[in-house]
Amino acid sequence: MKNNILKQFPILKRKINGKSLVYLDNASTSQKPLVVLQALQKYYSTTNANVHRGIHTLSEEATEQFENVRAKVAKFINAKTEEIVFTKNATESLNCVAVSWGRLHIKKDDEIIVSGLEHHANLVPWQELAKEKKAKLKIIPLTKDYLLDIKAYEFLLSKKTKLVCITAQSNVTGSLVPVKKIVSLAHKFGAKVVVDGAQSVGHRVTDVKNSDCDFLAFSAHKMLGPTGVGVLYIKRALMDEMTPYMYGGDMVETVGQEEATYHRGYMKFEAGTPNIADVIAFGSALDYLTSVGLDVITAHDKELLAYAKQCFSKYSAVKIFSPAKIEHCGGVLSFTIDGVHPHDIATIFDQEGVAIRSGLHCAEPLVRRLGVSTTARMSFYLYNTKHDVDVAEKALKKVFAIFKIKN
Amino acid sequence: MDLYTETILDHYQNPHHVGELVDHSVRVVEHNPVCGDKIQLDLIIKNGAVSDLAFVGDGCAISQAAMSLLTDEVKGKKISVLKKMVPAKIYDLLHVPISPGRVKCALLGYVALENALKSVKKK
Repeated sequence: MKNNILKQFPILKRKINGKSLVYLDNASTSQKPLVVLQALQKYYSTTNANVHRGIHTLSEEATEQFENVRAKVAKFINAKTEEIVFTKNATESLNCVAVSWGRLHIKKDDEIIVSGLEHHANLVPWQELAKEKKAKLKIIPLTKDYLLDIKAYEFLLSKKTKLVCITAQSNVTGSLVPVKKIVSLAHKFGAKVVVDGAQSVGHRVTDVKNSDCDFLAFSAHKMLGPTGVGVLYIKRALMDEMTPYMYGGDMVETVGQEEATYHRGYMKFEAGTPNIADVIAFGSALDYLTSVGLDVITAHDKELLAYAKQCFSKYSAVKIFSPAKIEHCGGVLSFTIDGVHPHDIATIFDQEGVAIRSGLHCAEPLVRRLGVSTTARMSFYLYNTKHDVDVAEKALKKVFAIFKIKN
Repeated sequence: MDLYTETILDHYQNPHHVGELVDHSVRVVEHNPVCGDKIQLDLIIKNGAVSDLAFVGDGCAISQAAMSLLTDEVKGKKISVLKKMVPAKIYDLLHVPISPGRVKCALLGYVALENALKSVKKK
């Protein structure tokens, strides 16, 4: 990637334990470019006011900027502006579907299908919904290559299936999911599909019209935006078949002493003052991602992943949990080292300035399926370079040296 | 800072008192849900003291070495003495700086022992 991209991320100049920071924990959260930091400062220095309420200039400006981001988000995923709901993160977006759609539409003995790849955010809300409604949770198994077993999925689908909850990309194995195919198969049985796009939307082109998914959840902070902003795309026709998620100001039409009526459309899901500044700064992140180009980012992720797999698979003590073909993976690489716990791998990497994640990655059933207690994980983004992978490999060799591992 | 000292690596790779005691007086299992670390600790109590103990664990070098070091410390000691043991003792045994992120790892064995001793009283 070009130097001007690296210059956009001031944090990359930081030293960690005396070494230059190599940030490879992008599946957890991404770093923020200057344009996002500046947008925050600019908003609070020049515009700060509450939205959707005031008649005064600042309030009108804040509202306009805030609503412009809704339009930008819609364009980014090829939705309509009125199909975009702001939440605090992807987890809240998924919970909103479970509560506002699920409680109305899931009945006793209905079936909800989830996959074996899911993050807890796209699993636990459905476990709870199934428990509450006495519905059944069905799990799509994985192939030996860490991909969804589509044949098994087809077998699970039936008239009882009311909802399919699927990630677009695993945060542990990087496995990509054929969302469009999953959706078209589900729709044949009249089931709705909710997609967890947290790992995907900031890394490759997302087109909700093309995939025809019913709901899509993602987080701003994993795609260069601030923390505290999530998005929930809801197909417009479905909004009227949903209850509000929270109750209070901003989501109401009229309020009497005894009862109230609520906005239709996206506003009924956004109670209270939203995260105005961070939403506006998220707009700058979207502009920046668009200017770099999502196709460029996808290709860059894949290049680094292929290079990292090549570097790390040289060592016999290293086990990699990743689909064989690069075309089936996003820029995430989980691995273990025989005889070294992933926590210790992460600590030694950190001593070399390399930030990686270790643990269960909020995907305990998936990690269990891999047959290990935990994994170490590197994940890439647009500001990473092959040099970063070289530094990670150097840290890997240090792990071998400290733990006296022979390859 | 050197977290991975010879002592810690030695206790991690060749831990003391590993295994299960069929005739245990108490058995506790302690997890760290964040990192998946796990310790099962068996104690045999005779005359108000820990006459023998053993553990089976899966976890990072810090959690497993801390448990191993602790077993050496605990064996033969009276329960009344062990109940007065404070977490600082573990840091002394490990003898390396423990960052906030690793506190739960370092103290996993301590918490297991604490819970085991509590359940002795109940019996």
